[in-house]
Amino acid sequence: MLEIWEGMKAATWLVLTFDADLVEIAMRSLFVTLSAVAIAALIAFPLGAWLAISRYRFRRLVIATLNALMGLPPVVVGLAVYLLLSRSGPFGVMGLLFTPWAMIIAQVIILTPLIASIAHQSIRDLWAEYHDLLISLNTSRSQRIKTLLWDSRRALLTAALAGFGRGIGEVGAIMIVGGNIDHVTRVMTTAIALETSKGDFALAIGLGFVLIGLSLTVNIAIHMLTGTEVRDRW
Amino acid sequence: MVSILPLTLSQATVSRREKRLLGPIDLTLEAGGITIVLGPNGAGKSTLLRLMHGLEKPSSGKLRYAAPRALAYSQQAFVFQTPVMLRRSVLGNLSYPLTTHKMPRAEAEKQSLTWLKRLGLGSHTSQRASQLSGGERQKLALARALIRQPELLFLDEPCANLDGAATRDIERLIIEAGASGTRIIMATHDLGQARRLADDVLFVHHGLIHEQSEAATFFDNPKTTEARSFLKGDLI
Repeated sequence: MLEIWEGMKAATWLVLTFDADLVEIAMRSLFVTLSAVAIAALIAFPLGAWLAISRYRFRRLVIATLNALMGLPPVVVGLAVYLLLSRSGPFGVMGLLFTPWAMIIAQVIILTPLIASIAHQSIRDLWAEYHDLLISLNTSRSQRIKTLLWDSRRALLTAALAGFGRGIGEVGAIMIVGGNIDHVTRVMTTAIALETSKGDFALAIGLGFVLIGLSLTVNIAIHMLTGTEVRDRW
Repeated sequence: MVSILPLTLSQATVSRREKRLLGPIDLTLEAGGITIVLGPNGAGKSTLLRLMHGLEKPSSGKLRYAAPRALAYSQQAFVFQTPVMLRRSVLGNLSYPLTTHKMPRAEAEKQSLTWLKRLGLGSHTSQRASQLSGGERQKLALARALIRQPELLFLDEPCANLDGAATRDIERLIIEAGASGTRIIMATHDLGQARRLADDVLFVHHGLIHEQSEAATFFDNPKTTEARSFLKGDLI
């Protein structure tokens, strides 16, 4: 209990004093995760819609695989991205390893199946409702996808927020490809892991509270900005 | 403009899981007028409409339009028994068919507003379509089908579950559309409505067309036993 109390005090102090390191780490966490969510959503939303409206031979297998990839182990993704970006790897020449960009790439790989899978489920239900109408209105495939994406935008926001939740709390992959380098690739989760390994539980718990607060703030801010959960809305 | 009519079905059938739902059907629909597809529940009226519209593919036989298929699909519309509303405003629902067919949004909304005023829905423009009453939704669905002035319009029991006032409004729109040259094929099992609207009648029973004749002939002198029983109100 004492450690939790100390952690809360540390967290309060860090936040109230706008601790420079904390702000830097928090901003980097947000930059990496929000970038990864944005890129993953750009891939996952159309993919989810395409999967929902397409009929092809191995459709069930593809969807089952996509669902299974939601549980992709981050350390395995981290290892794969590490091997691809390391000096001897195929993309080593780009010099991305141990930069925030490598962390974003790893998170995009982790988040895309998660967001696509949730998006697919929402869009599939809407497609069942719209199917006859959109065919009857003689819409093209791309118009159907655009319509489904627009009309299920609130469900897609939930999918993106689920991706954000997973990304902001992710540590395994970004530790491997980012290296937890101070002032370069250190983010909230890797900082917590470091402080815990050093035995500085108070600071680790403090950072944990800040991380939870950050996650809540982003979620609430997005809900407020987009007007979800407002009375009389869809 | 190239006409998509006549529409021809040749030995067309629709089957699902080895069970034949419709056909074989041989039918030719020429331009002009209102054809009412009559028959009891489960007779195959909706399946016949869906087949002609292209929502169902024939399991065997052929469906032909007088124009290439892409043009034919762009010149027809369908109103479902339960109207499907897009998760948008009333205006957004009505302008959707126009904007998806390359009309600039401002022009599409201008046309839609004119339609909404005509329908008596002018005060509901920015309201969500899902909040409309059943009758208003069906009026909106019918307007959405008519706004591109299709040559061929299919209506699948559009007045089922509507009260008298809403039914009257829908029938008025159907008659106006028919008068302006839209060919209308409408399924119903409401005999009163069929008498009010029909120029000719297709009587469907057990997935087959039992009778095709002018409305007056059908109602005064039906040829088949099934049609006679149906008109008498017997359970068939």
